[in-house]
Amino acid sequence: MLAYISIIITAIFVNNIVFAQFLGICPFLGVSKRLSSAVGMGMAVTFVMAIATAVTYILQMYVLDPLGVSFLQTIAFILVIAALVQVLEIIMKKTMPVLYQALGVFLPLITTNCAVLGVAIQVIQKNMTLAESLVYSVSTALGFTLALIIFAGIREQLALSKVPAAMKGTPIALITAGILAMAFMGFAGIKIA
Amino acid sequence: MNKLKFILESAIKNNPIFVLLLGMCPTLGTTSSAINGMSMGLATMGVLICSNVAISMLRNVVPDKVRIPAFIVVIASFVTVLQMLLQAYLPALYETLGIFIPLIVVNCILLGRAEAYASKNGVVDSFCDGAGVGLGFTVSLTILGSVRELLGTGRIFDIPVYNEEYGSLVFILAPGAFIVLGLLIAVVNKLKTVK
Amino acid sequence: MQSSLKNMVLSLGLITIVAALLLGGVYVLTADTIAKAELKAQIDAIGEVAPEFDNNPLEEVYIHKANAGTKDSLTIEVYPARMGGKLVGAAVKSSSMNGFSGEITIMYGFKADGTVNNYKVLKHAETAGLGSKMQEWFRSLKGNQSVLGLNPSKDNMTVSKDGGAVDAITAATITSRAFLEALNSAFEAYCAVTEKDKEGQNNE
Repeated sequence: MLAYISIIITAIFVNNIVFAQFLGICPFLGVSKRLSSAVGMGMAVTFVMAIATAVTYILQMYVLDPLGVSFLQTIAFILVIAALVQVLEIIMKKTMPVLYQALGVFLPLITTNCAVLGVAIQVIQKNMTLAESLVYSVSTALGFTLALIIFAGIREQLALSKVPAAMKGTPIALITAGILAMAFMGFAGIKIA
Repeated sequence: MNKLKFILESAIKNNPIFVLLLGMCPTLGTTSSAINGMSMGLATMGVLICSNVAISMLRNVVPDKVRIPAFIVVIASFVTVLQMLLQAYLPALYETLGIFIPLIVVNCILLGRAEAYASKNGVVDSFCDGAGVGLGFTVSLTILGSVRELLGTGRIFDIPVYNEEYGSLVFILAPGAFIVLGLLIAVVNKLKTVK
Repeated sequence: MQSSLKNMVLSLGLITIVAALLLGGVYVLTADTIAKAELKAQIDAIGEVAPEFDNNPLEEVYIHKANAGTKDSLTIEVYPARMGGKLVGAAVKSSSMNGFSGEITIMYGFKADGTVNNYKVLKHAETAGLGSKMQEWFRSLKGNQSVLGLNPSKDNMTVSKDGGAVDAITAATITSRAFLEALNSAFEAYCAVTEKDKEGQNNE
């Protein structure tokens, strides 16, 4: 149990996917202008990441490894993720129209979110079990959501403040992210058991 | 001569980092030193040129509806080839760049150029576009890596410039990546308005 | 190009087959070189850290399991170094999970009496400029940084903050502790193996 709590805390705070591992930066910068879309994106990523990690994990363990073709990992994983996102979109549209309305626009963007592929590869590299992988992927996605929400909250305020012309937009956003990353460094070195 | 001009122009005008703001993850993640940034840039450039050429050759035989999956397969294949070659011949570099090598697949620059350029233009032009954008990416990453290395450790390409004790370590760590990139983009924005 | 089911399936199928063939080909071509590169890295590391030897340590490797059954279980590889058949030391590949960013793997070299001869960091994910300094730090003659020439059976191989004989890397105490932890487990494995080795020699 403690091991799982340790994975959760590490993935959300200590090794935050955005601030410490530099994955998922594109959506982090792109979809963080409004708080509401940040929440939607965060939820969509959590959803896809959990399912994608489970599917790719099973693919690696029961197909790629036994066949001795683990060098096809990258190509197999990205195709699975791309297909999965498509399928999810179709299923959600048919069976959960409310959820689709909330998350639908973010789904196509997720295929090229490197955090999803990154986590799928990481759990294989770290030799995690299926249960650990699931916990890791969900908490990593929660860490992503947390980063996105904090950042969007700041950017909403930032849009109203006076900034030198050259610093407007991305530059000031990146510097804000840098200061946030510094704050997250405070979690560094925290260990549970 | 025209081709060369075209390459340089696309390196500047379509600069993926300072102008288009694409491919941010490797940009931030691998630039803790000048040499790492340059290696990542060259690796991406290699894949980009190959995928641009291949996609340009395939542009008339792939049906529209399946072009994105087809592009992804092409890009992923080249990335895997690169991954195996690096592991075989440059294992130290392979270790340093780590997970960012397979992640070249999801670098928006590659799919972006495939969709916006290579799927509509001839093989030679696509090659030049790949070379140009790849060059822009490599130069940008090298600059970012140099600035971070200089401020963080007092060296560039491992050549000491000033005493390490005066370096500020934060520039090598995660926050420094964001801050230096933000400031560099601001400088580029400023230069654009001056012109 | 117009899309029909037939040409969509056909073109995607063809591209995938060509891609798979290409990858398979490159895999076959590079698999050998990759294996050789890994082996060479291992041999180089042993040669770098162990005292001079004339045997083939790779063939005589002992696998030592430490803390079996607990969550800190470790597999340590001990490569004995011999000169003219006599044990002169060993290279020991050890690791610790307690680095700042997880696992660190280091090859330590010991002389016959247990003195640390040299070390080489094989794998780590520590912060560049902080923890990554361990690659050189514990060799430097400044202060009490160096572990070379120390003997874990006599010297207290912990950081000076914890009352030990070694100065930790500035601002990277966690990495330093993990480094020394791996060193101590390497030494334990080395002792266990030399015991076994003596028995083996006597039986012959």
